[in-house]
Amino acid sequence: MIGIDSVTTSPDSSRAIFSVDRLNVHYGDDHALKDVTIEIDEHRVTALIGPSGCGKSTFLRCLNRMNDLIPAAKVSGRLEFLGQDIYERRVNPVILRRKVGMVFQKPNPFPKSIFENVAYGLRLEGKLNKSEIGDRVTKALIDAHLLDEVKDRLTQPGTSLSGGQQQRLCIARALAVRPEVLLMDEPCSALDPLATSRIEDLIIELKKDYTVVIVTHNMQQAARVSDHTAFFYLGELIEFGPSTDIFQSPKVELTERYITGRFG
Amino acid sequence: MSNTDIRGTLSLARRLKGWLGTGLLGIGAFGALLSLGFLLFVILREGLAVVDWQFLTSYPSTRSAERAGILPGIVGTIGVGIASMLVAIPIGIASAVYLNEFATNSRTVSLLRASIANLAGVPSVVFGILGLALFVRALELGSSIMAAGLTLGLLTLPIVIVVSEESLKSVPNTMREAAYGLGATPWQVVRHHVLPYSLPGMLTGSILALSRTMGETAPLILIGAVAYTAYLPNGPLDSFTALPIQAYIWAFDARPDFQALAWGAAFVLIVLVLIGNLAAILLRDRYQRRYRW
Repeated sequence: MIGIDSVTTSPDSSRAIFSVDRLNVHYGDDHALKDVTIEIDEHRVTALIGPSGCGKSTFLRCLNRMNDLIPAAKVSGRLEFLGQDIYERRVNPVILRRKVGMVFQKPNPFPKSIFENVAYGLRLEGKLNKSEIGDRVTKALIDAHLLDEVKDRLTQPGTSLSGGQQQRLCIARALAVRPEVLLMDEPCSALDPLATSRIEDLIIELKKDYTVVIVTHNMQQAARVSDHTAFFYLGELIEFGPSTDIFQSPKVELTERYITGRFG
Repeated sequence: MSNTDIRGTLSLARRLKGWLGTGLLGIGAFGALLSLGFLLFVILREGLAVVDWQFLTSYPSTRSAERAGILPGIVGTIGVGIASMLVAIPIGIASAVYLNEFATNSRTVSLLRASIANLAGVPSVVFGILGLALFVRALELGSSIMAAGLTLGLLTLPIVIVVSEESLKSVPNTMREAAYGLGATPWQVVRHHVLPYSLPGMLTGSILALSRTMGETAPLILIGAVAYTAYLPNGPLDSFTALPIQAYIWAFDARPDFQALAWGAAFVLIVLVLIGNLAAILLRDRYQRRYRW
């Protein structure tokens, strides 16, 4: 495979939170991910870029085993989260997803109140009392830069918010359970430029406390928010490295052609 | 230069085809509506001539058409309706949720779905024979409301499963993903999200299916609903009569004044079915507004 050097070496000295070794995903006859080997660092923003159908979303959904929900998906290879193989038989995906949260392409608040949306993840284990839940909801709304806009209407439906607010509500909902990692699947593709820039600011701030892995179609967004960038093409990881290198001096010609908009 | 004139008429053939096509569709639609309207009109006219308070509150009589009534029929039909609801709705919803949300082996699921679709096509008289053999005789429930409710419940079950699955499919997958993404178990996803969002649709569809089943006659004849009864059923294990049975018996009576009573029974049956449908529609309208994604 091309660009193998940059793939196997970690771009800097930070600790790897995900170590992926020759990961393959098949959907029936479709070989969606081919021998992907990559290390994703803690407290960094890693952007996954590439044309539609290149496998970047499939890869993202392996990291919290969301692909389990697709019966046809077959995953092989090794994918370690903090040293544990997450596809090992004894791993419970329900527990894994508490540590690896997710924000989706289209804002998907529950048809419940703003408060209940954020509290939902906290109620699942039934361990927290009312005041603990209240505190954590407030904290999550602050961290998602949403509290000021919604503090007077926490009982109103989450769906009554604007698109950008809904997406920040979904981020707050994911942050409330205090995951280690936040996976974001094109979180801004349904939002206007202003709402997008607010979320980008938020992402940069989030890496203090979380590891962020973000799929994006927007090259500028990847360059702005990410520390590392991985370029996928036809199910293969073509190039991976510090975002400045990928966007200013890509080693592989395919990467250069993609980021300069000559295909894809 | 190309011709830029946008005025003019289309060719006769094109216009004729358009008229013909639209006309045929219109005839179909109005034809169906007209025959339905005619049916309702006749039932209304003939039924209202018979239906009065006395008719609604009296027992059937073999001697006087004047004093005959359908109170036991109304009570029986409502009783059988409730019993079949209690059978079909919980089992139907449970099957649909299992098939749609939990079953993972796609071959078993498609086999089950095919069986359900086939079951929906089984004639009601066959269900009647099953009810007679299984509920009336083997389980010794006798010719009771319970036996009829179980039989009609089974008859409606496949339809309840199909409409419930439709309702489950209308819950966006993004809701399931959101909940799974927060670490919900499959059961929590169903219990907290899928079920509450789809329940109104499932109930609406089920009630529509059941109110149609309430007019079934053949299974009730086989179960052994009584033709004339001078008292109301005491409980679910008591014998009963029902409106379609009453209409059937009266329609074949030799005396014209008794034959006229069949229209009355038909009229009351239709009113009960319409009430059921109305309840279903109100339920849907009330809950449809609650969930928006």
